[in-house]
Amino acid sequence: MIRVVLPHHLRRLAHVDAEVTLDVAGRATRASVLDALEARYPMLRGTIRDHVTQQRRPYLRFFACERDLTHEPPDAPLPDAVVSGAEALLVIGAIAGG
Amino acid sequence: MSGVRVLVGTRKGAFLLTADGKRERWDVSGPHFAGWEIYHMKGSPADPNRLYASQTSGWFGQVIQRSCDGGKTWETPGGGITTKPGEMPAGESNRFVYDTSPDTGRPLTTHQWYDGTQHPWEFKRVWHLEPSLTDPDTVYAGVEDAALFRSTDGGKAWQEVAGLRGHGTGPKWQPGAGGMCLHTILLDPSNPKRLYVAISAAGAFRTDDAGKTWKPINRGLHSQYIPDPTAEIGHCVHRIALHRSRPAVLYMQKHWDVMRSDDGGDSWREVSGNLPTDFGFVIDVHAHEPETIYVVPIKSDSEHFPLDGKLRVYRSRTGGNEWEPLTKGLPQRDCYVNVLRDAMAVDSLDKCGVYFGTTGGQVYMSADAGDSWTPIVRDLPAVLSVEVQTLR
Repeated sequence: MIRVVLPHHLRRLAHVDAEVTLDVAGRATRASVLDALEARYPMLRGTIRDHVTQQRRPYLRFFACERDLTHEPPDAPLPDAVVSGAEALLVIGAIAGG
Repeated sequence: MSGVRVLVGTRKGAFLLTADGKRERWDVSGPHFAGWEIYHMKGSPADPNRLYASQTSGWFGQVIQRSCDGGKTWETPGGGITTKPGEMPAGESNRFVYDTSPDTGRPLTTHQWYDGTQHPWEFKRVWHLEPSLTDPDTVYAGVEDAALFRSTDGGKAWQEVAGLRGHGTGPKWQPGAGGMCLHTILLDPSNPKRLYVAISAAGAFRTDDAGKTWKPINRGLHSQYIPDPTAEIGHCVHRIALHRSRPAVLYMQKHWDVMRSDDGGDSWREVSGNLPTDFGFVIDVHAHEPETIYVVPIKSDSEHFPLDGKLRVYRSRTGGNEWEPLTKGLPQRDCYVNVLRDAMAVDSLDKCGVYFGTTGGQVYMSADAGDSWTPIVRDLPAVLSVEVQTLR
């Protein structure tokens, strides 16, 4: 069971209060976790990754286990602690004033 | 019992303002979609309970919202939570993909960039939603980078009306300071095959075959900020309006100049007349008097606020040229707000109500066709758009 923490606005869009838990077949990667997230919550399609290019939106980043995984390849295995559910994958929106 | 519902899009959410036909006591609902930019909301003329909203964010991109109960509840069309393992939902309601298929005749991939080079079309957001006059499930979307999309299933899926970009002038279009946006969509109530659109900064365009083919309709426009002031395209049109009883008569607020066409846009003539400045964004037409029009003059293209700090709506009862300032109830000193292009609308009660929103968060209303004004709300986030539904 993979745990994903979404930013406030995406939690509201997906109608979830806290973190999301997902079943991911095979070795979990960022891409497979986002695939599972978007399948479960289709209103999130296009909000984290572009619909067509699957590129990350520029103002979003991915953290886990006190590391910035944003620039890891999308199909790289996620850390064991994320796979085991001990740690969550954090989707973080850039901080901006105003 | 009649009433009105005012749909207000702001920088930080949507608000619904409702009143009975007297338009004296207002109920304010919102913010809906708090924290998101709501570029535009509009209700279906065929079903007033069907509303569409463009929800957008620099972080999370574009979302389309739909209400089937007059704004009490909202949904992302086709984007519900799946319940069965492996079920693949549509989730396409925010998928705006430019058409590059061969059967559109001439798919385009680039337009002119600020530096004169060609630049790929990149979807950014929906500026304007225009529901069909007859079918609640059909709605048009004007987007940035400029293109027209259409949904025929209530916003679940969108297809580009590709003939607009493909008609030939697309590679010459270029963005204005606010981006290259298709912001105006007018549906001819007497001819379902005729549509008008306007793009900043490309100009106005018309189709007479329901979107298959298009042509620029900018003859008579004069813009000193482009190399050829009378070029076929390149004009920064800010807004166009028509009256449903005379749909071939168009009124335009251009970057500078208020213009009028009596032949469906084939030719335009200036009707700025005695306006103190003819820069501005909004223009609209009285619901019952097709020669009565409204603008809000803004000082200049480099100073986006009212002249002399006085917020004045100007009304012409002669279809242009002769204008009178409307000031009763509006601030006449120290007012430096702007009124953006989609932020004026009218109701069809008797007397006609006129509404506009400001970047200072006020929504002003006149229940007497502009003679006097009162704020419905004063302290919303900056207002991006105002639409009005007359409920009967």
